[in-house]
Amino acid sequence: MADRQPADRADVCVVGAGPAGGIVADKLASQGYDVVVLEAGPRFDDADREQRMERSIRPAHGPDSVWEMGGERDAYASTGERHYPLNAARVKGVGGSTLHWQGMVMRLHEQDFNVESETGVGADWPIDYEDLRPHYAAAEEQLGVAGASDNPFAPPREQPHPLPAFPPSYSDSLFAEACEEAGVTTHSVPNARLSESRNERSACVGYGTCQPVCPSGAKYDATIHVARAEQHGARVVDRAPVQRLEHDAAGERVTAAVYATPDGTEHRQEAREFVLAAGGVENPRLLLLSESEQYPDGLANSSGLVGRYFMDHLFAGVGGTLDEPTRQNHVGFNTTESHQFYDREDDSRGAIKLEFLNYAGPSPVEMALTGDDWGDEMLERIRDGYGNHVTVGALVEQPPRKENRVRLHPERTDDHGNPVPDVVWSLDDYTRRTIERANEIQREILEELGADVQWTVGPESTGPAFHHMGTTRMGDDPETSVVNPQLRTHDLRNLTIPSSSVFPTGGAMNPTLTIAALALKAAGHVAERL
Amino acid sequence: MELTRRDALAALAAVGAAGAVGAGGLALSQSNGDDQPVSDHELATLVAVGGVVYPTEVEGVESFVRRYSVGRFADRPEYAAGVADAVAALDDYTRVWHDAEFASLDAETREETLSGMEVDISDPAPDGEDRERVRYYLVNELLYALFSTPTGGELAGIENPQGHPGGTASYRRGPQ
Repeated sequence: MADRQPADRADVCVVGAGPAGGIVADKLASQGYDVVVLEAGPRFDDADREQRMERSIRPAHGPDSVWEMGGERDAYASTGERHYPLNAARVKGVGGSTLHWQGMVMRLHEQDFNVESETGVGADWPIDYEDLRPHYAAAEEQLGVAGASDNPFAPPREQPHPLPAFPPSYSDSLFAEACEEAGVTTHSVPNARLSESRNERSACVGYGTCQPVCPSGAKYDATIHVARAEQHGARVVDRAPVQRLEHDAAGERVTAAVYATPDGTEHRQEAREFVLAAGGVENPRLLLLSESEQYPDGLANSSGLVGRYFMDHLFAGVGGTLDEPTRQNHVGFNTTESHQFYDREDDSRGAIKLEFLNYAGPSPVEMALTGDDWGDEMLERIRDGYGNHVTVGALVEQPPRKENRVRLHPERTDDHGNPVPDVVWSLDDYTRRTIERANEIQREILEELGADVQWTVGPESTGPAFHHMGTTRMGDDPETSVVNPQLRTHDLRNLTIPSSSVFPTGGAMNPTLTIAALALKAAGHVAERL
Repeated sequence: MELTRRDALAALAAVGAAGAVGAGGLALSQSNGDDQPVSDHELATLVAVGGVVYPTEVEGVESFVRRYSVGRFADRPEYAAGVADAVAALDDYTRVWHDAEFASLDAETREETLSGMEVDISDPAPDGEDRERVRYYLVNELLYALFSTPTGGELAGIENPQGHPGGTASYRRGPQ
């Protein structure tokens, strides 16, 4: 039976065993500090990954079931204009949401840190690209990023990626010609999956199911850092959801994380420093749940902004078919993008990151499992339906708006009687305009390609990319932000949040590399205080 | 297209069962010994269902299904019980209409029976109604096995189908 008792002595208590928590724990434990990690979800067995892959492909199993999300533990509400499918957007367990992520890892652009100054929209970060640049390089090394320096729109970098980029796909070669005609410059994609074997981890073997399961372990996930932290002596307690944080009489320091265990008991883990790394929804929720007489509106919330400015990226896409094979669904990751439309010229639109999919259209196995036929009729349907699809996707920026928020639901509670998170989410005209512009570019490329355009995901049909950002924003001013540039809360001197929840703006880049860079930066600041 | 022993291994890898069979574990299963995860009757029924749902271009169905089943259901008694339960449900239906078990029907009648039970238009559900369980444990089980192998993939025009670790070369190749 797992020992879920609190450690007698801990220098650092980390809440959450995803990439942020795993990296901080690894970094600090490797320096000799006593680290305890409390994780709400279970520790999954690597030996079950093929079975999880099967669940992801076979239609009887819902997407939430692959990593066992759902039920009372994960109850939530979504009361905004737009429904937010929260449990499809996260995984609770050792490894966190990197267990089901796509694995795209690009740096934010220099403009992302100063977007308000340059365009009048959104907010500036209190740090610049140069502040994060060395941490980005370290994060790429930590995650084992496969990439190339062929992106003319990327911010300056000092050294090549740790591993060579995955070469372009056959369909990329079709897009390359069309993009040239359309005046769109394409380039490689940095991927957090191994293009060569490394540190006893396998190179990608092409299962084609990266999202939501990589059976080979070639795709980075945070179990790697958690395991490394444990090798350095960190203690990881799974199935130990933190219920609240307690503070001292002066209201200046967190004294304990109170967590529940499966046997129904509660424990207190004391520590000198606390690191909140539970993601962009659970971070604000836990702070709000930690209300006290001194802090009736929740911990670290003197600004009143905990949970405010919730952001995600929006998907925009146009797809169709060609009258020739496009060789899709051999792998589950992309090898070509364009960041040409990323930086904003003015306040007319936000950032757009174009993606050229290697998994457009249905895969044969999925078609076989979902038809109303079998035998020769099924095979004919699959041959007709597979093999000539093309899709240009995009991530689109959503600016921070105060009304988009994570709050505690006034009535619904989870399996421990705590109010569930209520995600209040809507889109604004700026985001809609940006999606429409992405669609225009996508349509132009597909027309150059000679595609029969069959569908568009535009402003009405768009959905979130499952990147939770903004809910404990970073800034210099305690009245307008929750954490300072060292990622420490303004209100509590020993509480650090290295997470996408601190992003003042989200740009349109997948956030995990920036989360990793912030985690490395935060670990340094915590170590300085210990 | 001939399904081979290699295809059976590939199908087992896609369900995480490749390690469940030893070096000699892919011998054809024809006994009803206690060491078999499913009985001969269930194997015969799976083979019979395979004869209906697999395209006629596919050869070697019987040996493929038997080899696959040995590894697939080993160490998974709950799943094997689900298969046995689905076979029983299919046989119950077949007895009402044909006074026989499914595996003993001729090929044409097998297809009519599965369609008559509405298995083709049913959603697969491991805990569902009879026809939904037949769809899940028998029909989709076999289709997943086939289309996660290189041979099954090639039937459809993809040599590295989803679920098969076929490497990172094929996605770069153009049509042959």
